[in-house]
Amino acid sequence: MATILYALPFLLQGFLITLWVSALVVVFSLAGGLVLGVGLVYGPRTVQWLVRLFSDCIRGIPILVLIFVVYYGFPPLGIAINAFWAGVVALTLFKGAQVIEYVRGAISSIPKGQMEAGKAIGLTFVQRLRYVIFPQAVRRFLPPWINGVTDAVKGSALISLLGIVDLMQSINEVIGRTYEAMPLYLLGAFIYFAINYSLSLTSRFVERRYAYIRD
Amino acid sequence: MNANQQPLLKIDDLRKSFGQANILKGIDMAVNKGEAVAIIGPSGSGKTTLLRCVNFLETYEEGSIRIDGQEVGYRDGGNRQRRGETDLARMRAETGMVFQSFNLFPHLTAAENVMLGLTKVRRKPKQEAREIAEHWLKRVGLDHRIDNLPSELSGGQQQRVGIARAVAMEPKILLLDEITSALDPELVNEVLDVVRQLAEEGMTMLMVTHEIAFARDASHRIVFMDDGKVAAEGPPKELMAQAGSNQRLDAFLSRFRTSHLH
Ligand SMILES: Nc1ncnc2c1ncn2[C@@H]1O[C@H](COP(=O)(O)OP(=O)(O)O)[C@@H](O)[C@H]1O
Ligand SMILES: [Mg+2]
Repeated sequence: MATILYALPFLLQGFLITLWVSALVVVFSLAGGLVLGVGLVYGPRTVQWLVRLFSDCIRGIPILVLIFVVYYGFPPLGIAINAFWAGVVALTLFKGAQVIEYVRGAISSIPKGQMEAGKAIGLTFVQRLRYVIFPQAVRRFLPPWINGVTDAVKGSALISLLGIVDLMQSINEVIGRTYEAMPLYLLGAFIYFAINYSLSLTSRFVERRYAYIRD
Repeated sequence: MNANQQPLLKIDDLRKSFGQANILKGIDMAVNKGEAVAIIGPSGSGKTTLLRCVNFLETYEEGSIRIDGQEVGYRDGGNRQRRGETDLARMRAETGMVFQSFNLFPHLTAAENVMLGLTKVRRKPKQEAREIAEHWLKRVGLDHRIDNLPSELSGGQQQRVGIARAVAMEPKILLLDEITSALDPELVNEVLDVVRQLAEEGMTMLMVTHEIAFARDASHRIVFMDDGKVAAEGPPKELMAQAGSNQRLDAFLSRFRTSHLH
């Protein structure tokens, strides 16, 4: 118990870093994945091909390798990057590739007639996406995406390997000082679980909220 | 019709193929303002494809489609340059389309389905759009269904919302593609009655239908399509009379004759 009280301030710091990294990754990957996902479905052939190549490559690489590739690979290319941003970039690439697939899946689940009905009343492409496609696709997109956010939170633990003091690394450091591994790992596991469980609850809530369309 | 008045819709030598398959093989057609033209013909003869070309839901390779003198889909000047997105959207807003499968927006109520084009394309204030939507939904007999989602409506009701959505935009021409063929028989008439009334009020229409009796009663002219071409056309009575000399038309119509007798 004393160990845990001693550890809490350190863990809080790490916890905040973990949340910050996760938040950045979630926002960037959502924005990028949305644009590329739309490109994958509606873009010209070359765009479709490039996005597909990007997505398949990224998803074929383990996150950990991706993190090291960015951290050690960017500087020789003349792109200065510190451990923190290397972690964020690598996780964003990984999440972004997932978002692309969720977007593609969600959009493809909508009957072709919807786009055509939008065209027929004179909506432009962007208007059709905004008022016809996205409001329907969001229902299919959100549950897997929110579940995917939990991957980002869990995956962010890997950036501790670059020496960033996130939740994982702060646990390691406290253990280094107190030599009480088990209670601290359990506490760490509990914190990760608490974050992700609340995300799953959100996902279930969202699913119900968007159940207005009967299939 | 005045001889030098140009038709509202003019199609010249329209050709369209999907890959190797030639689907439209040189269609010539004209629809005057206020005219209701029915297209009949065997399945696979290219009727749907023709309508989709008129709304540029399909591109076409050769020939021309003009609405009020403006080429659909391609810039004027004859070099086959596709219109830009906003330009295409503007052109499409001039043609209303009612689909066989309704294609209502399932996340929007009946009123919102009708209002979307009014607010986003015609840029009408919400209040005014709502009034127009209510007006048209009443016209198609859906006074009590204005705020219902499509999933809460019967097929016939959904299709009437589809019609309201199209005509509320005040299109120059209304395109209807077998709009009753997905409906249970007992729901067909409530939809056809709406169309018949629009025709009587002078809405310009091009309608593909397999309801021969309806085509005969509600249209000014019938076009018989066969194998990607216009095989016969004329006012309903004249067209029916041609059946004697046109074997394909005769074969097509004979399928319906039995159902006419009772
Ligand atoms: N998108 C498409 N790709 C390939 N072939 C098509 C496509 N749409 C229609 N066709 C073909 O074109 C022909 C005419 O179809 P359609 O215009 O739907 O005929 P109709 O409406 O008269 O039954 C059919 O043989 C159909 O298989
Ligand atoms: Mg058809």
